[in-house]
Amino acid sequence: MNSSFSPDVVASAQYFPARSNRVQAAAAAAEQDLPTAEAEEWRYSPIGELDIGDLRPVLQHPVDSKIQPPAVVSDPAATIVLVDGFVVSTTVAAGWEAKGLRVEVDPGRHSTVDGRAATIFDNLHVAFSPGALIVTVPAGLALDAPIVVVNHHHTVDGASFPHLVIDAGEDSEVQVVEWQTSGPGHGLSVPVVELATAPAARLGFLTVQHTSAHHWLVARQQSQADRQSSLSSGIAYFGGRYARLRTDCRLVGRGASANLTAAYYGDGRQVHDFRTFLHHEARDTRSDMLFKGAQDDVSGSIYTGMIHIHPDGAGSNAFQTNRNIKLSEDAWAWSVPNLEIENNEVHCSHASTVSPIEEDQRFYLHARGVPPKVADRLIVAGFYDEVLNRLPVAPARAEVRKLIAEKLDHRTDSHSATAQAVAQ
Amino acid sequence: MPERTTDGAGESRFVISGLTASVGGKEILRGIDIEIGPGEVHAVMGPNGAGKSTLSHIIMGKPGYEVTGGSVTLDGVDLLAQPTWKRAQAGLFLAMQYPTEVPGVSLVDMLANSALSTTADEDELDRRLKAEADRIGFDHQFLARPLNVDLSGGEKKRNETLQLGVVKPRYAILDELDSGLDIDGLRLVARRVEAATEEDGLGVLVITHYSRLLNELKPDHVHVLAGGRIARSGGPELADELETSGYAEYVEAESRAEATAGGRPSASELDPFADPLA
Repeated sequence: MNSSFSPDVVASAQYFPARSNRVQAAAAAAEQDLPTAEAEEWRYSPIGELDIGDLRPVLQHPVDSKIQPPAVVSDPAATIVLVDGFVVSTTVAAGWEAKGLRVEVDPGRHSTVDGRAATIFDNLHVAFSPGALIVTVPAGLALDAPIVVVNHHHTVDGASFPHLVIDAGEDSEVQVVEWQTSGPGHGLSVPVVELATAPAARLGFLTVQHTSAHHWLVARQQSQADRQSSLSSGIAYFGGRYARLRTDCRLVGRGASANLTAAYYGDGRQVHDFRTFLHHEARDTRSDMLFKGAQDDVSGSIYTGMIHIHPDGAGSNAFQTNRNIKLSEDAWAWSVPNLEIENNEVHCSHASTVSPIEEDQRFYLHARGVPPKVADRLIVAGFYDEVLNRLPVAPARAEVRKLIAEKLDHRTDSHSATAQAVAQ
Repeated sequence: MPERTTDGAGESRFVISGLTASVGGKEILRGIDIEIGPGEVHAVMGPNGAGKSTLSHIIMGKPGYEVTGGSVTLDGVDLLAQPTWKRAQAGLFLAMQYPTEVPGVSLVDMLANSALSTTADEDELDRRLKAEADRIGFDHQFLARPLNVDLSGGEKKRNETLQLGVVKPRYAILDELDSGLDIDGLRLVARRVEAATEEDGLGVLVITHYSRLLNELKPDHVHVLAGGRIARSGGPELADELETSGYAEYVEAESRAEATAGGRPSASELDPFADPLA
């Protein structure tokens, strides 16, 4: 580990108080090596190619940048902008503030994982995160306008550690969209998102990630759903050199349900990596995971999904589906759905496919006069429809559709450029 | 562009000539000759496995088949040298036996991007689709569905007919358009195609097992396809004859030919208890 991340740096940091747990975490990280793809939880990933030598943690509030969210949500309940993990602006609509919606920063809250063995990235997060942005929706409050969070990585060769907490109180309702972006340079972000639904709460959280193709992202999402609550987590990953999301979702109260829905599209050398753990820890819980992605050029994706039905999980229903379209010979996708069942009164299913565009679908469109490139584009865009229709924060879906269209435009353009080059 | 030639009358012709083809090295079409003019309806009938669907696939250019000889031309232009979408653009339409589901792609999406559309205006397309849907009793709610997804067999066939009505091809191959349709559906669909032959001069190659469809869509010519060949051609009366006699005659003739050629063993060779005099 390079010295920019040493415990001394944490101890002398001005911006956040040097609590002992930060120093300890930095000390622990200093003892750890960067993981390699040999380790099971990093298998197939290019993590060994992460060059951390030039990286340094972002230790203070960056210059105020003019980052704005896409204007897809009119009249949001709140808009929060984080740059390099630091909150640079917060706007809460007065009406909602009066009804108890709270948005605040807690520099003391930055720990990851509930006591599990911390990876080097977890330790770095604990050491260097400026603290959590906490959104609290009080019991009984139903927000009919989404909350918008912009999570932008700004500093070239910087490492940022954003931390976001959404707490949905009993019988409350909230939708949050997070736009995750970066500048064009090399950088690393290690964000943590914590989602919690109290009994009967309804929470939708959509993260739309389109960082630069030089950006490295090692993200965690930890969520917990209590009795009769429903939690919908949408994941739209289009950017990053390597973008990884580990999700740990726990259904801890009877009748809780979780939907995890992901759309991802990689090209160039991009790798999208999803490690999803879903725990049914209470009776009559329900989970539905649908992950769909495409890989072009030499890009790749990894999906490992573990559904664990605990002994108390009788009456649970769990479904997981992962579908991938390989758009080039050299693209790749690993798909490993898993089940661990410790109670027999359950319904579980899983399906996974990795395949090129279906010839029969192509033939149908060609036979109706659609030229081949256009047909492929229609089929791939259509492939995502099922996912788009399930993403939380409905007003943001159009923007996700647009990002897919941009990927497809790029594909069509670059393929025509290649064809022209060959023709000459 | 290849030079277009037309016959003396200056009429458009769709001509399949000496067409032979194989799949995975196995010969499956052994010389097909059919010539269709504007407004004509030709029926191709035959037993299972005769090569009927193969014929339709090869004409439209579905991957997986190898054309080993012969030609398919529209107004003298060689279609076999062109990719599928260009064949469609030239005026050829295939109503598929099993229309493929294309998730997330609607009829309007497809037609707005088709070289066959005279308009990319989605409102105009929508208007035309609805007008065509009404002609064949296709529920408007299905127009917004992704292509063929969650449609019943009959709805899929109505959907194929609807598209034929909208894109107005010059020649259409209808591959078992009757399967999956109930009697009312069959009548509406057949009448729609019949109307296209009269109004637009559509030439039709209708592939079917049964003569039921042909009671509504009256053929001018009937061809019996067996063992990859046109075993017999005739007028509409041939369809009635097949309805009573079936295809046994053609199937037996085919297996005798196979046996003589050292191909598939004849029935008597396979069955030790078969009547040797049969």
